[in-house]
Amino acid sequence: MEKEDLIEEIRARFSAGIESYAESLGDQVLVVRRENLLALMSGLRAAPFDYAVLLDATCVDFLASENRFEMVYHLFSLSRNRRLRIKTSLPGGNPVVDSLSGLWKNADWLEREVFDMFGVGFIGHPDLRRLLMYEEFEGHPLRKDYPWRKEQPLIPLKD
Amino acid sequence: METKLQKDARPDTMLLNMGPSHPAMHGTFRIMLELEGEKILNAEVDIGYLHRGFEKTCENRTYFNLLPYVDRLNYVSPLINNLGYAMTMEKLLGVRVPERAQQIRVLMSELTRISDHLTCLGAMAMENGAFSVFLYMMKAREYLWDVVEFTTGSRMLTSYIRIGGVRADLHEGWQSSVRTAVRETRRALRDVAGLLDKNQIFLNRTRGIGSISKEDAISHGWTGPCLRSAGVSYDVRKAHPYLIYDRLEFEVPLGEQGDNYDRYSVRMREMEQSLRLCEQTSGLIPDSKPRVKADEIEPTEALRLGRLQKPPQRIRLSPNLEGSEADVYPRILTGDAPVVVPPKEDTYTTMEGLISHFLFFMDGYGIRPPKGDVYFSVEGGNGEVGFYIVSDGTDRPYRLHVRAPCFHVLSALEQLVRGRFVADVIPTFGSMNMIGGELDR
Repeated sequence: MEKEDLIEEIRARFSAGIESYAESLGDQVLVVRRENLLALMSGLRAAPFDYAVLLDATCVDFLASENRFEMVYHLFSLSRNRRLRIKTSLPGGNPVVDSLSGLWKNADWLEREVFDMFGVGFIGHPDLRRLLMYEEFEGHPLRKDYPWRKEQPLIPLKD
Repeated sequence: METKLQKDARPDTMLLNMGPSHPAMHGTFRIMLELEGEKILNAEVDIGYLHRGFEKTCENRTYFNLLPYVDRLNYVSPLINNLGYAMTMEKLLGVRVPERAQQIRVLMSELTRISDHLTCLGAMAMENGAFSVFLYMMKAREYLWDVVEFTTGSRMLTSYIRIGGVRADLHEGWQSSVRTAVRETRRALRDVAGLLDKNQIFLNRTRGIGSISKEDAISHGWTGPCLRSAGVSYDVRKAHPYLIYDRLEFEVPLGEQGDNYDRYSVRMREMEQSLRLCEQTSGLIPDSKPRVKADEIEPTEALRLGRLQKPPQRIRLSPNLEGSEADVYPRILTGDAPVVVPPKEDTYTTMEGLISHFLFFMDGYGIRPPKGDVYFSVEGGNGEVGFYIVSDGTDRPYRLHVRAPCFHVLSALEQLVRGRFVADVIPTFGSMNMIGGELDR
């Protein structure tokens, strides 16, 4: 089933942008610098790597660390039947990263969700606004410093 | 606040809200349409009405306790969600699952896959006016759920597939109920095909409507039957085989145009393949011996007798625990402690059993995977159901994210209805199988 593994070629071609490479539980994980994310992703999407599907994009909040947010992307190549996880760290003070909405159409919604839940900004996103929560909502619920039980009803709750 | 659609709308057009509560939409979801007469110039989808903070809640629950929340993602095929979560955890923990449990898992996920497709197509046909199709399909679904109910004890939200195996062994006489379910579903599928396949009204509303190209479907991250309807052969069960799928025979049906009809027809053909899989797995699973209940003793009696030595008789458990007796454990659950709930016989009658029970459920103990992150996915009713879990070594996930297949499918809806008529929204939306639970999380 598994076709040729081009991970060595990926590492050689994008060596400037890649911070590290590891295999974790059989998954291939690339950690990249955020300045190089867009270039790397568009390179990976094209032949010969052919990661045509953006399976998923999400974020993790490491509250205690200096680079607080970590964007996690999962790519999938249909022709080579390979998955690849790409991570990039964003500083807590200014969590912005290039938008991938020009490369994949579902990045639009995925990035809106991350913006909604974590407050990460995406440069070049066509219409960055909340996706799941309502406009009047204050804060970003999946951040670790957002209280779990906090309620923000739009209309007052009945006793 | 004004949205982009409202701002950009031409002054001579009409803005129409479809939803969030609309009789032809099974789920709470809103689509704002900019209309010129009947024609849709622009559309804007608004989701999140069913958002209940699933991911945040999971961060505050132990790995064992959050299982019932996972059921409620796709409440039409909860067993596949259970499976996705359990297998992600097994990958993280490095746990191996007994062969029989794997076979049961395949059987259960195929049964729920059929019920998922039946619900989707039944609702879609009903919204297009074919109410009898809905009734036939719901009837077939009852037979499938009978099998699920006899084994798991509940019909929909079962929490049956556990980390390390399954909760209980199959019920007595499961083979005949699986046979009935397969036979009745085949009959319903034949009836439905007869009603719809060449039905001009149905064809008018589905053929060539809501079509998506291969490239767009891939770019939108589509998976599952919707992607296959566009002619891309990608099925997680074939591409990354899990459980015993690599030893089973089944085909992956494909469509050509990616329109509503192809999504209907791919789901219909897929159900036939799932029925094949059900038959194959039920042929593989050996029958277990029926239990003799007569000489079982009560736990209190066992405690009294056990002061001197362990009594030879088996201990009577509550009927709720049928199928999860201690002697069944090796067949359905992994032996790697402390991943599974200790057998109840031990908990009720021995001190050590009670201690290990507490150690499993106590705060800060229980399932504690090593630090790291993991992604694993299974083929759900709608497509690839993926779980991304970050563990910090405690008994709760640091982060749990679900890749919901219909999130990606629905992100293309705006594009699919643009330039069509209002009535075309209904079959297009119906064929996508939007499930609020997993879409909004």
